[in-house]
Amino acid sequence: MIPDNFEYHKPNSITGAISLLSEWGDDARVIAGGHSLIPVMKQRLTDISHLIDLKDIEELKGISISNGIVKIGAMTTQHELIQSEELAKTVPLIREASLQIADPQVRYLGTLGGNVANGDPANDMPGLMQTLNASYELKGPDGTRNVDAREFYEAAYFTAREDEEILSSISFAVPNGGYAYEKQKRKIGDYATAAAGVLIEVENNICKTASIALTNLSDTPVFCQNAVKILIGNKLDEPTIQEAVTACVDASEPVADVRGPVEFKKYVAGIIVRKAITNALARA
Amino acid sequence: MNETIPPKEERMTALNGLGSSRKRVEDARFTQGKGNYVDDIKLSGMLFGDFVRSPYAHARVKSINTEAALAVPGVHAVITAADLEPLKLHWMPTLAGDVQMVLADGKVLFQGQEVAFVVADNRYAADDGIKAVEVEYEELPVIVDPFKAELEGAPVLREDIADKKEGAHGPRRHPNHIFTWESGDRDATESVIAEADVVAEEMIYYHRTHPCPLETCGSVASMDKVNGKLTVWGTFQAPHAVRTVASLISGIAEHNIRIISPDIGGGFGNKVGVYPGYICSIVASIVTGAPVKWIEDRMDNLMATAFARDYWMQGKISATKDGKITGLWCHTTADHGAFDACADPTKFPAGFMNICTGSYDIPTAFLTVDGIYTNKAPGGVAYRCSFRVTEAAYFIERMIEVLAIKLGMDSAELRVKNFIRKEQFPYQSALGWEYDSGDYHTAWEKALTAVNYTKLRQEQAERIEAFHRGETRKLIGIGLSHFTEIVGAGPVKNCDILGLGMFDSCEIRIHPTGSAIARLGTISQGQGHATTFAQILASEIGIPAEDITLEEGDTDTAPYGLGTYGSRSTPVAGAATAMAGRKIRAKAQMIAAYLLEVHDNDLEWDVDRFVVKGAPERFKTMKEIAFASYSQAIPGVEPGLEAVSYYDPPNMTFPFGAYICVMEVDVDTGTTEIRQVFALDDCGTRINPMIIEGQVHGGLTEALAIAMGQELAYDELGNVITGTLMDFFIPTAWETPNYQTDYTETPSPHHPIGAKGVGESPNVGGVPAFSNAVHDAFKSFGLTQSHMPHDHWRVWKIADRLGLHD
Amino acid sequence: MEKIRLNMTVNGKAVEVLTEPRQLLAHVLREELELTGTHIGCESTHCGACTIDMNEMSVKSCSVFAAQAQGAEITTIEGLGNPDGLNVIQEMFKEHHGLQCGYCTPGMITRAYRLLQENSNPTEEDVRFGMAGNLCRCTGYQNIVKAILASAEKMNESKETA
Repeated sequence: MIPDNFEYHKPNSITGAISLLSEWGDDARVIAGGHSLIPVMKQRLTDISHLIDLKDIEELKGISISNGIVKIGAMTTQHELIQSEELAKTVPLIREASLQIADPQVRYLGTLGGNVANGDPANDMPGLMQTLNASYELKGPDGTRNVDAREFYEAAYFTAREDEEILSSISFAVPNGGYAYEKQKRKIGDYATAAAGVLIEVENNICKTASIALTNLSDTPVFCQNAVKILIGNKLDEPTIQEAVTACVDASEPVADVRGPVEFKKYVAGIIVRKAITNALARA
Repeated sequence: MNETIPPKEERMTALNGLGSSRKRVEDARFTQGKGNYVDDIKLSGMLFGDFVRSPYAHARVKSINTEAALAVPGVHAVITAADLEPLKLHWMPTLAGDVQMVLADGKVLFQGQEVAFVVADNRYAADDGIKAVEVEYEELPVIVDPFKAELEGAPVLREDIADKKEGAHGPRRHPNHIFTWESGDRDATESVIAEADVVAEEMIYYHRTHPCPLETCGSVASMDKVNGKLTVWGTFQAPHAVRTVASLISGIAEHNIRIISPDIGGGFGNKVGVYPGYICSIVASIVTGAPVKWIEDRMDNLMATAFARDYWMQGKISATKDGKITGLWCHTTADHGAFDACADPTKFPAGFMNICTGSYDIPTAFLTVDGIYTNKAPGGVAYRCSFRVTEAAYFIERMIEVLAIKLGMDSAELRVKNFIRKEQFPYQSALGWEYDSGDYHTAWEKALTAVNYTKLRQEQAERIEAFHRGETRKLIGIGLSHFTEIVGAGPVKNCDILGLGMFDSCEIRIHPTGSAIARLGTISQGQGHATTFAQILASEIGIPAEDITLEEGDTDTAPYGLGTYGSRSTPVAGAATAMAGRKIRAKAQMIAAYLLEVHDNDLEWDVDRFVVKGAPERFKTMKEIAFASYSQAIPGVEPGLEAVSYYDPPNMTFPFGAYICVMEVDVDTGTTEIRQVFALDDCGTRINPMIIEGQVHGGLTEALAIAMGQELAYDELGNVITGTLMDFFIPTAWETPNYQTDYTETPSPHHPIGAKGVGESPNVGGVPAFSNAVHDAFKSFGLTQSHMPHDHWRVWKIADRLGLHD
Repeated sequence: MEKIRLNMTVNGKAVEVLTEPRQLLAHVLREELELTGTHIGCESTHCGACTIDMNEMSVKSCSVFAAQAQGAEITTIEGLGNPDGLNVIQEMFKEHHGLQCGYCTPGMITRAYRLLQENSNPTEEDVRFGMAGNLCRCTGYQNIVKAILASAEKMNESKETA
């Protein structure tokens, strides 16, 4: 488990990082916390001859909340997300989910940007960002563009980000209503067997807005459009919830692995989604 | 002439001897990061060697091209089987009487097998070299299922012995068959079962797993060509045996080999075997003239060294209508992987699997074990276990549950009905063992009372009612286990490894000022020998434990012994320590008699001194005696105060215990939550209660891991699919419960201090307790048997099959 | 590959090491600086044996490139003790039998140190959750948890008397 050699770059601006990416093309990769990338490099499963460390780029850091919009720099660590009292007050869902990621040491280094940009279907933040309907800001040689989290993921490790682009920040509107992130895993440090993020807003006993996304139940996170449609505008009674749960399970396409066969994962997906909806509803 | 003697109690306390929860002397070093593990060793000019490993489970090696690798900066040499062949080191003997390739000789037989050894300046250059070695493979059909190994058309795995009809353990009926081992009376057992009122039959599988100590295996070999001496530091649980084996296979005289086990970061059986890495680091040091280090990474460790278990145990158990067991039959299919490298005493190719009658008075029994080759890694080590006793205990504790279901009887009651009674000890088992001592009924009663068993059963019944009413989706499982271990291998008359008798040893030297050093043939891997063996000695010779240094693991200084595994250190080396201590005391008595001018027989031992009988004011302390032994000419007594004991135990010891686990099982998610674990151990005389408790906590946690998820899993192509600690399950502090421990104390009648050994008991007894809890939760819904590990999806599957998701 | 000059402060001392960027921090500490108390157990961020304190964070040094540690303030197990002996956590690990083979111990203690810096009054649940990045194969964690809770108590006591 020894990585191959590479040249190490540590730019201190986004522009600097982009020009390095443009210069080295396919041979270059950016590194954030590195706890996904380094184990892969140690197995020499990937060819990287230029490693671009984003750690010194101040523009990629920080959490700001203003006018109902949360903006989080890509290099913000999970530990910082957990520690931010302002975030815990405005969007407690972030803290609830972050605490379920990896373990304390990994959370000190693991970043939000790395977690969402990697395209690993097992990562929790992509599903969470789809739940929040977040937007990713991408910066490249041709300027800045924004891509919705719900549009970003194409397949496992394939995303809308171009090779020479950097995911610089994540923004979303402060959600209203109840929230929950539920995850079943074998142990701390494991990926989800099934996980779901849920937001629900209820007004006069009727569901006003809702959002549900799933983690590790397909080769990308799954935003459950059909389930959301079922919930919105309706009274959230048992048959409605059941219908929404079924829609989520139908939207999932898990693959068998050491965590279990497909039929098990689909069943558990249903249980987890139900728990998440129930918890969110209780907090709505 | 002497000052007032402090009271006896006070002097005993000052010794910190037997029964004291003495704090560990090892800890000051370890807590400061001052341990000295093999990878910490750094010698001048040291090189690093590592392996090219096979990506395939079965393939012919068409060619190996090392040219590009040799051109990699920092690479010094690439060693292949062709280089080892002239030295006759391309194959090596295994501990089980088989041979194993050191480096791939024409073919590879499991994924991760060692193909070439790259020696370089450091581990980075070595890895660069590995990636540059070009190996051409031709894939061959793979056997991963031992039941398919002897089917028509099955590929022959071991072409080297394809025609050999006789193996190390008797006739072979097929090229992929290793041995068949039998124990007990086949005819009598089969007829008892045929005529029985009730017979329960079940296949019990104990899956393949791995000891996975946190430190992997490794070695540093240094051949000093000037004085012809080879020194090897390594992760060896049996350094002396390694020296003898190294001498036999290398031709280097044994006195020119020095084996040193430094601190070992956990062993659990992983470090008993002899691995190609050790051999290659030695050869590489001879070839390059420089010290060579080899350290496994975690994937290497899980893929290539020392799996454990993988026993398919077909069982039949018979009883009278009222639940008296009459017979036990077991046929085991043992998947040994590509080479038979099981670490068992020579005469026991299936270890002590014939302890499978457990804690029960079963008059008739028969066991047969078939060893089979497959395309998996070799090993079959005793993972926190005394040679397959974990498999045996799991088998019988499952069969008891299965029989209880068949009888419609509570399994706690069935156990009570069939326990060997206190007065039956020493007890002769149907499969040939003489159990030394036990009091099972007392231990069991204590355990049932501690958990309030009757109330638990009530709660469980109420929960089931609630479940049927749709009020809950969680069931309660009550897992019972009463195990009997067999440890302390063992009597030289029937226990040896590669012909070396399984005695052990202790050498003691008392210094003039009354402190001491003791050296043993064992080696601690976390058990705290430096602490506990000093306690044994303190009680024997009256010198405070604090004044006794313990040394192990250096073959140039320690007396010969067979090492530490199979809970043998306390039963064997612990006994040697006590016996050597008694020799010291005998000589001390002569010296004291001379000094006090009385006859030897006029003296009596009093904690830390010899006292003249009837004249308590006249005495000599051990400290005084020690000084006298070096300073005075005593007629008829040699100067100095030293002793050595090589102890050949007359019998094994038989620790036992009663474990109960209460578990909540969620039928929808398959998740489980441990609510209570009660563990009562009887390990005979207790040397250090604090350390015993620590051993029990650790063993229970390993048992929890094994029962609930830890698995060395292969896909159908023979690829290891649990090769990192992401997938190979080891629970964290979060998933691990608190344990309640208790004890009874039934000394071993044949051990000098009555101790029996404890390190492995919690693993042996824990696995059935956890597994039985899962089974018990679903019992009333019709579950009889479901294989481990009981991870989420397998538990869910049980519920699914029973229709609980409909 | 060109080597880089790596400057760090390790256990209060400024150090400079010439290293390939790919060298893992754990290897730099162990092999270049001969601080072998930091151990390596899994190489994939799962076991925590290589935990060090870096810039006031608990970090798994087997999964950090040397180059990433440029300018870092690092404390390893060797830097935690007092010159005259064990610090409170080390003492409590010994007192409560929180270790056996000792291999996970430096990572455990280094992690516990940071945990207690951030939460001086942890509950048992806090400790179990906060220590979940460190695996132990010997102790079953029960005595480790006990040792850390006892450390917190001791540290608070000495704060009160100070």
